[in-house]
Amino acid sequence: MSSFSVTEPSKRSKWFAGTLVILYALITMIPLAWIMLTGFKSPADAISYPPKVVFEPTLEGYVNLFTQRTRQTQEYLDANPPENWRDEIVRQYDMVIVGPSKFGERFLNSVIIGFGSTFLSIFLGTLAAYAFSRFKIPLADDLLFFILSTRMMPPIAVAIPIFLMYRQLGLSDTHLGMILLYTAVNISLAVWLLKGFIDEIPREYEEAALIDGYTRFQAFYKVVLPQAATGIASTAIFCLIFAWNEYAFAVLLTSGTAQTAPPFIPTIIGVGGLDWPAVAAGATIFLIPVMIFTILLRKHLLRGITFGAVRK
Amino acid sequence: MAEVILKNLSKSFGSDVGVADISMTIPDGAFVVMLGPTGAGKTTTLRLISGLEKPDGGEVWIDGRNVEGETPAQRDVAMVFQQYSLYPHLTVKDNLAFPLKSPILNTPAAEIERKVAEVAEVLQISHKLGNKATELSGGEMQRVSIGRALVRDPAIYLMDEPLSSLDAKLRTDLRVELKRIQANLGATLLYVTHDQIEAMTMATHVGVLDNGRLVQFGTPREIYENPDSLYVASRLGQPRINILPADLFGGAPAGAMQIGLRPEHIQQGVGQEAEVQRVEHLGDQNRLHLILKGHPITTIADPSTDYEPGAHIKIAPRKPLCFDADGNRIR
Repeated sequence: MSSFSVTEPSKRSKWFAGTLVILYALITMIPLAWIMLTGFKSPADAISYPPKVVFEPTLEGYVNLFTQRTRQTQEYLDANPPENWRDEIVRQYDMVIVGPSKFGERFLNSVIIGFGSTFLSIFLGTLAAYAFSRFKIPLADDLLFFILSTRMMPPIAVAIPIFLMYRQLGLSDTHLGMILLYTAVNISLAVWLLKGFIDEIPREYEEAALIDGYTRFQAFYKVVLPQAATGIASTAIFCLIFAWNEYAFAVLLTSGTAQTAPPFIPTIIGVGGLDWPAVAAGATIFLIPVMIFTILLRKHLLRGITFGAVRK
Repeated sequence: MAEVILKNLSKSFGSDVGVADISMTIPDGAFVVMLGPTGAGKTTTLRLISGLEKPDGGEVWIDGRNVEGETPAQRDVAMVFQQYSLYPHLTVKDNLAFPLKSPILNTPAAEIERKVAEVAEVLQISHKLGNKATELSGGEMQRVSIGRALVRDPAIYLMDEPLSSLDAKLRTDLRVELKRIQANLGATLLYVTHDQIEAMTMATHVGVLDNGRLVQFGTPREIYENPDSLYVASRLGQPRINILPADLFGGAPAGAMQIGLRPEHIQQGVGQEAEVQRVEHLGDQNRLHLILKGHPITTIADPSTDYEPGAHIKIAPRKPLCFDADGNRIR
């Protein structure tokens, strides 16, 4: 990369900026690192004071996260020797594994609802943003303001009406209900962000495609969408992060079938004591899909690849 | 290839006049050049024919049918945009193939390959076919955008200043090449330019636009030698035509307010005495900037003459064009 800057920053300001970035990274990374490390601690190490930085790693937290266990009598334990490493871990506490925990299901719910609502928000948001950007819509500005106004209060402020509505409609504790709810919250963000991106794509490309023998929809699909990829990717990341991390609605509207991971993870506490390593293990695993998603879309976040083919 | 007829075409943008009541027949196989200053309605005319813009009134007929309500795709027109409008996410090759791959043309792959290679050869961009459209220089982009039109065989080619950002040599090459292609294909072409040489050398017909109106339509020679108005007369000619009061030399017909004198229509050695202000040596000719009774006059002289600034020469008009107070021609 060559520098276009006429005024190359001085060594001192570069050093200063570098320090600032490293400092910021440290501050944001420490809690994450703490969570990840706690996932590999034993419950005793997790709550020891002063906190242990060096400890003997164990998979106890992960085993506890994924299993349900019961305490057994000494006779039972003697009669049934441990069959694998997971059994051995829980035997330390005179426990046996009786089956899988609900974490797997809850995690899958999060994936279905998070990605489902992200897809729907982006799909509807792109079409709406294109229409707002290209067509003469009566009261377009007012409509855009109305769409944005849904974001002016915390979504949870309308929790009670939504709760009652969902109960009447039979949408409580369903995947569809949660997908629709998160889509409704995200769509304002999607429309506004994507409209900005599509506004930046010159109309001339579509006009050229229309003349080259394509319909308006084909021009949208073949010419506008590829150029809006950057905007779509970054909007999708924002939408996914919201839907993925949402807690309040999930607590209120889901309890069983459609419960997502965020309300589930805290319930681990209380099942057999303060099992912080299991909570930390759950949080760590919970992070992974969003991280992968962001890394996959990262190359689209680089701007500036489409500039210069239209003479201004 | 087809004949295109415009009937009383009008288009306004709010209070701005785009085109006003233009009627024009572009004969099959003609190369029509539209001249006019910025804002005269040249680009709007192209957009109305292509269907990118809906007229407020009037009709466009392509190949014997009224194309009102037809999409740009259905009208079968190819257009070269002034801003290139190359698809930035595609390679040069894919840009050229894009119209051929459209559902309307749906060209077989081998045919696409052949046509793209052929056009790339003509436009001297064969070596850039694999590049992204954004990795080209301005001149290369402009050639690709011409190429994207030339791969097709449409009813009419519409070109909006297609050679404007090329360097002088390439411009000359492509001018000749475009004219050759047009003549070989028998293509109908409507071409917008500011460049007099392009207009004079390529056109079979020239249309002059003024503020959305078509003020004269004819062969390049007619437009140059026999303009209907002062406005048309001053559109063509390099250096520009000299506009002088009718009584400066005398002998003007009744009603004439101004005369137009092309630089080559000034006789030297007889008539009134003018002072040489400045001499430009162009190699093949000398350009003399004279002043006569306070009026600047430009004329040309043989390259062998060596007038100095301050020298006096006698000049007299030859075949002056006379115009009335409204700028209309008096014949």
